[in-house]
Amino acid sequence: MLLSLLLQIANATGLAVFGAAIGAGLVALGAGLGIGRIGGQAMEAIGRQPEASGKIQTAMLIVAALIEGLALFAVVVCLLISFKL
Amino acid sequence: MKRLLTLVFCLCTFAGFAAEPTEGGKKEEAFNPGEMILHHIGDSHEWHWFSTDNNHFTSYLPIIAYRPGKGLSVFSSKKLAAEVHLSEEETPSRKRAAGGSHFEGPEYDGLALREGELVTTDGSKVYDFSLTKNAVALLGSGLLMLVVFTSIAGSYKKNAGRAPKGIQSFFEPIIIFIRDEVAKKSIGPKYERYMPYLLTVFFFIWFNNLLGLTPGAANLTGNIAVTFTLAILTLLITLFSSNKNYWGHIFNTPGVPKPLLLIMIPVELIGVVVKPFSLMVRLFANITAGHIVILSFISLIFIFKSPAVAPISLAFGLFINVLELLVAILQAYIFTLLTAMYIGGAVEEHHHDEEHSLDLQTGHADSVIPSPAAH
Repeated sequence: MLLSLLLQIANATGLAVFGAAIGAGLVALGAGLGIGRIGGQAMEAIGRQPEASGKIQTAMLIVAALIEGLALFAVVVCLLISFKL
Repeated sequence: MKRLLTLVFCLCTFAGFAAEPTEGGKKEEAFNPGEMILHHIGDSHEWHWFSTDNNHFTSYLPIIAYRPGKGLSVFSSKKLAAEVHLSEEETPSRKRAAGGSHFEGPEYDGLALREGELVTTDGSKVYDFSLTKNAVALLGSGLLMLVVFTSIAGSYKKNAGRAPKGIQSFFEPIIIFIRDEVAKKSIGPKYERYMPYLLTVFFFIWFNNLLGLTPGAANLTGNIAVTFTLAILTLLITLFSSNKNYWGHIFNTPGVPKPLLLIMIPVELIGVVVKPFSLMVRLFANITAGHIVILSFISLIFIFKSPAVAPISLAFGLFINVLELLVAILQAYIFTLLTAMYIGGAVEEHHHDEEHSLDLQTGHADSVIPSPAAH
């Protein structure tokens, strides 16, 4: 029943916008997974060697920003689709 | 007494009391969140500070248009400004009078605004050199940076050999951080030549990110033309300071078997362009996305037309706003760091070993972030 409701909404707003919405959700999922992984590994590394925590933190922030940049590429594409540019 | 004042403060600033005033004889337009958000993050020929019920406090910026054949026209954008809050009966006549091509407002001297863009009424070419909101914000933040950094330089001259005081002591750790952690580590011994550019890029992006978060401000670093310019500057500096080693790595990537070079060369060449492109999109998307999220949370109140949404909406909006403060400095740092790494890759001198593969002695491969200074 939920699926038929979803398909009705898709029909009303247009398939492209529906695709863009699903895409944006998938992007968030992917970015969350990636940054979560790097955060987890960083925590582990700091736990093993607390003296290196400064370097690890810096590297973690850099990688998180790179992953986030990639996620925002995809968000920009979704926005372009939903505004039909 | 302090508790009484705290209570009064909380009561006065509690947004739950805010309510939409219902208009008597005026027709209410339906709230269009998409349009409001695009208006706030986009550029405009006028600087709209805020609106009360009947007044729109706007600064009308100059329009500077060049038309081949007619020359330069300079006038205030007030002459082209759309008159808002027109009722439905009045607008159709103006739209018909303008030739049916739907200009936003009155036309002046053969020019009009259509969806924020300057066009001529007869469709001929016009070059728009206007001082738009973003251009004025750019000049303003440039002036701010000039004032701040000349005063720092002046106090360095005055306090030579003594401990830093005042604004100099605030910026010195940041400048030293960029010099030691970013420039020296990524570029190596020739870092001093590139320090001015790295510092400028860092503080420009940081100041403009922060200024864009203030109310009534222009979203400068969320303008893709601005980030495009910064990325082009990085690309030009990288290309002009590249040495033979850099191009050797592109056309003859070491440690790669010869047949694979057929794929590697196009990939590396595309990489030269894609890296600044990613800088541009990363900064633009991060800042614009942050603004859109904050504006969306505020629009929720107007979509639901209920003051009960306000506490949640404001709490989330406040959280995102504080996160944006972190994003402001992080994006500036990332842009600067990646620029330094690309420049470092371009000026890198040839290493001692021919093959950049597994180092048998120490057992670790080349690190992802190269540090030429370590070699």
